[in-house]
Amino acid sequence: MSGVFAPAPGRAPRRTVVASQIRMELTLTARRGEAVVLAMGVPLLVLLGAGLTEATNVPGDDRLAFVVPGVLALTVMSTAFTGQAITTGYERSYGVLKRLGASPLTRSGLLFAKTAAVLGLIVVQLITLAAVGLAVGWRPHAGAILPALGVTVLATAAYSGLALLMASRLRPEATTGAATLIYVLMLAAGGIMFAAPDLGTFGWFVLPLAAHAEALRATLSYGASVPTAIWLSLGAWAVVFVTAAARTFRWE
Amino acid sequence: MTVTDAVEVRDLVVRYGDTTAVGGVSLTVPRGRVLSLLGHNGAGKTSLLQVCEGFRRADGGTVAVLGLDPMGDHDALMPRLGIMLQSGGVYPWATAGEILRLFASFAATPLDVDMLLDRLGLRKFERTRWRRLSGGEQQRLSLAVALVGRPELVFLDEPTAGMDTEARHTTWRLIEELRADGVTVLLTTHLLDEAERLADDVVIMSSGVVAATGTPAELTAAAGIDLLEVRADPHLVPDGRLAELQVTEPTPGEYAITGNLDAAAIAAVLGWFAGAGAQVTAVNTRRRTLEDVYLALTSGEKVYR
Repeated sequence: MSGVFAPAPGRAPRRTVVASQIRMELTLTARRGEAVVLAMGVPLLVLLGAGLTEATNVPGDDRLAFVVPGVLALTVMSTAFTGQAITTGYERSYGVLKRLGASPLTRSGLLFAKTAAVLGLIVVQLITLAAVGLAVGWRPHAGAILPALGVTVLATAAYSGLALLMASRLRPEATTGAATLIYVLMLAAGGIMFAAPDLGTFGWFVLPLAAHAEALRATLSYGASVPTAIWLSLGAWAVVFVTAAARTFRWE
Repeated sequence: MTVTDAVEVRDLVVRYGDTTAVGGVSLTVPRGRVLSLLGHNGAGKTSLLQVCEGFRRADGGTVAVLGLDPMGDHDALMPRLGIMLQSGGVYPWATAGEILRLFASFAATPLDVDMLLDRLGLRKFERTRWRRLSGGEQQRLSLAVALVGRPELVFLDEPTAGMDTEARHTTWRLIEELRADGVTVLLTTHLLDEAERLADDVVIMSSGVVAATGTPAELTAAAGIDLLEVRADPHLVPDGRLAELQVTEPTPGEYAITGNLDAAAIAAVLGWFAGAGAQVTAVNTRRRTLEDVYLALTSGEKVYR
């Protein structure tokens, strides 16, 4: 007689497998206090602080037109880069990635789930922050939403690639330190709370956050088009780091 | 379709830099059986298992798991395996229930999660996060994760390490039940009683090579009766018939006889006492245990066969 443990192996439908992994990723993100602060607390503080007070000098007369797109760009970086690098680094050191790699969840399924969780999180964050911006008086141009989404997808890909690359090459403590440092430096020098150092077009290539923020300002705040140099910059960042991450990513 | 063995390892070599962890090991796990890989820490057990699980590439030799290549056929193989790592592999901030349900959701027809939590005594930890569980509780959850997908083959790396006696016996009963239900098990252990109780076959590894193979009974029987103890009158002098054996008298009146103790030799020993007119008050034989065999093999001492 066969009992409870009689073998009946098999993989659940791919959608089920990936969906429950996405749910786990989001549950764990919501559970980590510092991740929530990084994801929503800091951007909200910057938006309200720099957007509504004279705490910083921003270019132009319309503070919100400068600050809100910058905060949206900052949020994309904090979730796709800082948060993802730290999480993935620790998951690797705890052996979680290795263990999941030896389950019916395929490696591509895991990468898909991670990407989907990050994108989902970013969508919710951007909608929330944009709503707060609207509530305090930001008046964006709805017609420019498509190019704004386009540069955001490129920035997300570039940040994710860099995050996975760092998580693969460095110890988790080093990844956490470096990712946090880059976040703080970008917050200061990335043209979010005050103008970025004027490096001209060159600046867009070395500071992807400044490029992304500028593209969102041009489109959402002023209804203009994205400068070609920014498309090229973010496109190059995305190609380089996604390729590098795909080549070097290690599961254990 | 031919019925392949569950695991076939041929001349496996695993190196870490200049260190050879596995130096040419061959073993077979037939379907539906429990094979125990016994050895000290560093004997190469985990390295061998890691190649079977597809975590590590072999530096030499071949490994087939359910007829498949653990690395090349990774995606086809994984749903059929249950893997219990020696440690870690779990989100520290997820609860026991969330972890087990996650892995259950990956399987086509998983075991009932509540049943498994009850069976492994984990019900009261369902809402406890992994990092708050004790070592033994983590081990039990790892075992549950390995089993929840109803695998046909499970790899258990030191499954009872860190468990208390009760949990260890629960785990042993579970593994016996797996075997009864037709699941193939390859486990590593350095616990002799665990190997002796659970395994159909034992492979003893020492310094990366196979030191002995057989059923627990074969491994101990090969050594025969190891020692004959006789209590009789003191200070008797062995006669010529016992030249092949070693006779000592550690305390007056208590004789210890070792050597090739087959039936004729035992008859000769008792004949000697009878011939000397001694009064024999006790006769004891002691067989080698798996522990003796293991210690002899792994300490490099020649095993008596």
